[in-house]
Amino acid sequence: MRVSLFITCYNDTLFPGTGKAVVRVLERLGHSIEFRPEQTCCGQMHWNTGYLREAVPIIRHFVEVFRDAETIVIPSSSCVSMMRDHYLKAAEMVGDAKLAADVAALLPRVWEFSEFLAKKLGVEDVGATYAHRVTYHTSCHSQRSLHLNDIPLRLLRKVRGLQLVPIENPQECCGFGGTFSIKNADVSSAMLADKVRCVLNTGAEVCTAVDNSCLMHLFGSMHRQRTFTRTVHIAEILASTAEAEPWDERFPVDLPVSVGGTR
Amino acid sequence: MTPPETLAESRQNFPEAARELLADSQIRKNVRHATDVIQAKRNKVVAELPDWQDLREAGSAIRAHALEHLDHYLAQFEANCTRAGGQVHWARDAAEANSIILGLIQKHEAKEVIKVKTMTSEEIKLNAHLEAHGVRPIETDLAELIVQLGHDKPSHFVAPALHKNRQEVREIFQREMKLPELGETPEDLCAAARTYLREKYLRIKVAVSGANFLVAETGSVCLVESEGNGRMCLTLPDVLISIVGIEKVIPRFQDLEVFLQTLPRSATGERMNPYNSIWTGVHEGDGPREFHLVLLDNGRSPILADKEARQTLKCIRCAACLNVCPVYHQTGGHAYRSVYAGPIGAILTPQLHDMKDGRSLPYASSLCGACYEVCPVKINIPEVLIHLRGKIVEEEQKTLGGKLGLWNIGMQAAAFLFADASRFSAAQHLGQMGQKVFVSKSGFIEALPLMLSGWTQTRDLAALPKQTFRDWWAAREEREEKAR
Repeated sequence: MRVSLFITCYNDTLFPGTGKAVVRVLERLGHSIEFRPEQTCCGQMHWNTGYLREAVPIIRHFVEVFRDAETIVIPSSSCVSMMRDHYLKAAEMVGDAKLAADVAALLPRVWEFSEFLAKKLGVEDVGATYAHRVTYHTSCHSQRSLHLNDIPLRLLRKVRGLQLVPIENPQECCGFGGTFSIKNADVSSAMLADKVRCVLNTGAEVCTAVDNSCLMHLFGSMHRQRTFTRTVHIAEILASTAEAEPWDERFPVDLPVSVGGTR
Repeated sequence: MTPPETLAESRQNFPEAARELLADSQIRKNVRHATDVIQAKRNKVVAELPDWQDLREAGSAIRAHALEHLDHYLAQFEANCTRAGGQVHWARDAAEANSIILGLIQKHEAKEVIKVKTMTSEEIKLNAHLEAHGVRPIETDLAELIVQLGHDKPSHFVAPALHKNRQEVREIFQREMKLPELGETPEDLCAAARTYLREKYLRIKVAVSGANFLVAETGSVCLVESEGNGRMCLTLPDVLISIVGIEKVIPRFQDLEVFLQTLPRSATGERMNPYNSIWTGVHEGDGPREFHLVLLDNGRSPILADKEARQTLKCIRCAACLNVCPVYHQTGGHAYRSVYAGPIGAILTPQLHDMKDGRSLPYASSLCGACYEVCPVKINIPEVLIHLRGKIVEEEQKTLGGKLGLWNIGMQAAAFLFADASRFSAAQHLGQMGQKVFVSKSGFIEALPLMLSGWTQTRDLAALPKQTFRDWWAAREEREEKAR
């Protein structure tokens, strides 16, 4: 299958390793990846902060770039939920029937990364090895908008060597909420403190999720507190093999893709 | 129309009020404990119903239909209530409602009234109005009594004293009821309240209540409660005055079937409320001799006109969204500076004030969606929050200060960059170079300027990696091209 990767603006800038890991996993499973360099952002930050009209050109840009893509994979559930929950509404808001039709035609081809593996490809074991104690943070959009349910957990359970430890209050938000973390920094920090306590209480070395946004938030606090716990996007765990782990400097992603791949 | 009374006092914005509340560890502990207990009970009894999602759907449809045809159902309710001997009054705003209610009380020369919990009366600040005119209102709902005796404000519209623990309640009762020897078991506290209130039920001749539903088809009024204080207030006095928001009407008696299942389960985690009172007008020799119903608009009609936000009025005030809200868990209700706290308060309060007050409230949410998930009438609160944020931004952009504000400039700049990948890519490179002044020796950003300081007050940020994903991809493509 030809998979078009929408890396998302913040992963592109802050977490390129997650994109590399997505490429690595999908190529290992025998799929070819394309990256359309015209892509930018899904418009979520503008939309959720109330800059609704400003979000529309960004949405239009996304639709233009990916209009003819066979399948679009996105390693961020909140960006996918932006598309599924708000794109049609945005098109209706500006009375653009053409955009609405384009969105409706595009949405069935949009997949969150773990959802794509489990639902579209029907794969749970991606051949990964990751010998660490890991806890899974359930992001709000992954559970309440995408209804991923236990998909990420099923993928993680198939990873060799991985010890999955449950977390208390998995359904509760980490307090990120995009610009909420700045506009209501005190409340956001209090929510974060609760979530970090839950993560630390698991005794896990690594906290993972399908969203780097939550992980950035969690790690921001855990690093400030000089804890030992790290955050790693699920794609990076699934990309890991016995020889190399992606958050490790040894991860050979810049070598020719044939390393560990079946392309 | 005169503006709602609450406009007179400017509301403290949410982030500032929240900061004060967050410093009160006792309140936070009480709120967390109470909401956890209610939420666990709610989850248990909701899980018992295999048709819970159907009940939500039905409740949502009934409420939406009633709001679509509110003019019809209100007129039908008025006709049927009047036919049964009730008297219906229409109040455009808080001032009209207060003056109608005070007038009725004065007509009966009452100096005291008993009240069963009514958030609508809190909304119009009825108690203060009555006290200013020499009438003493006495709250009979246990939690409202605690709030009243503690000279406090409700922090939750189902459990108004949720922010107080048992020891604090005991102290209030000891002081205000002059019972220095009072024990601290729930039985001791209830007995004290019962003794305090019983005498008042028997003596006071005028009662003020709220209501949960108005049934258009029969002209009936429905009120559910757990303590029996409501039943006393509704049946013992000579005169009953109920104040109810216009949105509370439902078409048919049969519709109660849905709400009497979803409301108690959502609100208190009970399968059914211990007391369900439904009354229709007046009956000779049974209950009050006079029944007045004050229908309150107070900013509700304009909400109906907003297609996106109209669903706000479907609310049946179960407060499940408060109990599940991670923001409410941290701050409690007082941070909202509104009778209506939590997620529903964050959308209802600013709209009741025509978006002229409570403008920070739609931002008091991480949009986690837990509120929508539990709402028994399926109000998509996150969607309404975003809609209201949109309204606020649009209004602010019309002012010079808003246009030149940091948020607007930042968002316009980001929109400019996201319109074109080459601009975005250039900005990424600029960021990689420009970040150097902020990056500490450890490779982390530990302090940022302006509004971004909100992030670094408790969180570090890893410095931007040297290479973006798109640059890595381009380099890889180039290498592969050469290899071919």
